[in-house]
Amino acid sequence: MDNFFQESIAPHFNFWVYVVIMMIGLWAVIAKNNLIKKLIGLSIFQSAIILLYVSLGVKDGAAIPILPHHEEHADAAAPDAGQAAPAPDAVPVSESHRGADHADYAVDPATIVNPLPHVLMLTAIVVGVATLGVALALAQRIFAEFGSLEENELLIQLKAEPTDE
Amino acid sequence: MIAKIYATIAVFITGSLLIYGVSDFPRFGDARSPANAGVEGGAGSISEYYITKSYADTKVPNIVTSVLADYRSYDTMFETVVIFVAGMSIFAILRTFRSGAPLVENFRKDDSFIDGDHQRIIVGTTCRLAVPVVQLFALYVIAHGHHSPGGGFQGGVLLGASYIILALADDLAAALRRLSEARYLMLAAVGIAIYSGLGFLCMLLGQNFLDYGVLEAVFRTDGPEMARSHSMLGVEIGVAATVMAIMFAIYANLASKGTLKKAL
Amino acid sequence: MILSFDIILLVFLVVAAIISLSVKDLLSASMIFGIYSFLICLLWADMGAVDVAFTEAAVGAGVSALFLIATVYNTKRSSSD
Repeated sequence: MDNFFQESIAPHFNFWVYVVIMMIGLWAVIAKNNLIKKLIGLSIFQSAIILLYVSLGVKDGAAIPILPHHEEHADAAAPDAGQAAPAPDAVPVSESHRGADHADYAVDPATIVNPLPHVLMLTAIVVGVATLGVALALAQRIFAEFGSLEENELLIQLKAEPTDE
Repeated sequence: MIAKIYATIAVFITGSLLIYGVSDFPRFGDARSPANAGVEGGAGSISEYYITKSYADTKVPNIVTSVLADYRSYDTMFETVVIFVAGMSIFAILRTFRSGAPLVENFRKDDSFIDGDHQRIIVGTTCRLAVPVVQLFALYVIAHGHHSPGGGFQGGVLLGASYIILALADDLAAALRRLSEARYLMLAAVGIAIYSGLGFLCMLLGQNFLDYGVLEAVFRTDGPEMARSHSMLGVEIGVAATVMAIMFAIYANLASKGTLKKAL
Repeated sequence: MILSFDIILLVFLVVAAIISLSVKDLLSASMIFGIYSFLICLLWADMGAVDVAFTEAAVGAGVSALFLIATVYNTKRSSSD
């Protein structure tokens, strides 16, 4: 049972849940009557997509994409090579940082989470909130003009208006 | 009702197609997936370059900030422009200069947010105590974007939120006295001017747009890496200024229905 | 990347999304949308995306829910469905 869970459900379970959340948001955009509910559904859809992208870059047991500083430098006390971060046979970047505490070793890409999806999704989140602001401003103007935010009432009022040339 | 039936059918079809497609993804958390490590014998993965080389190129430990503000700075500039344009469009949609529009009456009949002024004392005092702390933290986040999670956007949103807290504590007029409309509109434009100004400065010195390495003569650093680090900070300050102004502008226009007179 | 924490968070996320869209009171819907954003921020912090989690906490759970509440204040508070 545990093997079955590991083999066939656990690898993709997260992605299935993201698809479920996406579909909840999409259903709300199409089927809900109120304009604000539609906007909430659109935001849920957006954040589920961003979830999907960020989880493409996850690596098992990996660290966050901020390189650690190391207080011990090459000309510091006796090298405790066992407990320091792995400083393999990499060429140190520069020896002129005397007393500086920056990392000067080669980094193994498999121990650090993929930073590229994070960068792209930062842009996506902020653009999403900006467009949510514009949509809410439009909703306020619609309410001021027609007196209602329900889609069926709006359609009745729009059809009843005489078309202007 | 009919819309709900159509919506359910459409959502089921789309959902099942997506689940079928998603099951072919690499395993969740796989370090050897094509997005993380590239394809054997084919193209490598650019993120491996960013992880291994970004510290040597830019001397900034936060890889996300260095990719955002240096390797992909063009995208970040246009993201800032998008935020600015969103603020301008809200200004164009909602802002009215005659305040004669009547209050919406049917809201009051449902029930009201505020029961009386006694509730404002607790909220007002707490918010007024919190504002300087939030602003200090926001400035820290902007300045330490190179070494800890943070950067221009997060700090800018926190700064804007501090002015929103001020507006919630007392009144929108109190916040507008400190950051008037003319001033925040100018601040938003200044942020973008800083960003593209740095880019144009690089072009004037002979290199590509937003190629910061050439600014080592202007900043008088030893080596192009520290010049890139400093220009990243400058660029983040520009982004923070625009984001702060626009977040407050969106709140002020949304909460007062464009009149900037009376709000939450 | 703790699997059990992930599963609990995802279940809460689905529940929050469904409830936010079903309540008839728009103010409650905006608040539950704020809860949804906060849960997504926790999920990202668990996955190691700290910058994204910071941005989502500031923007989603703070400013975005506030914009919704400000709009609900200026329009109707109850919705028909």
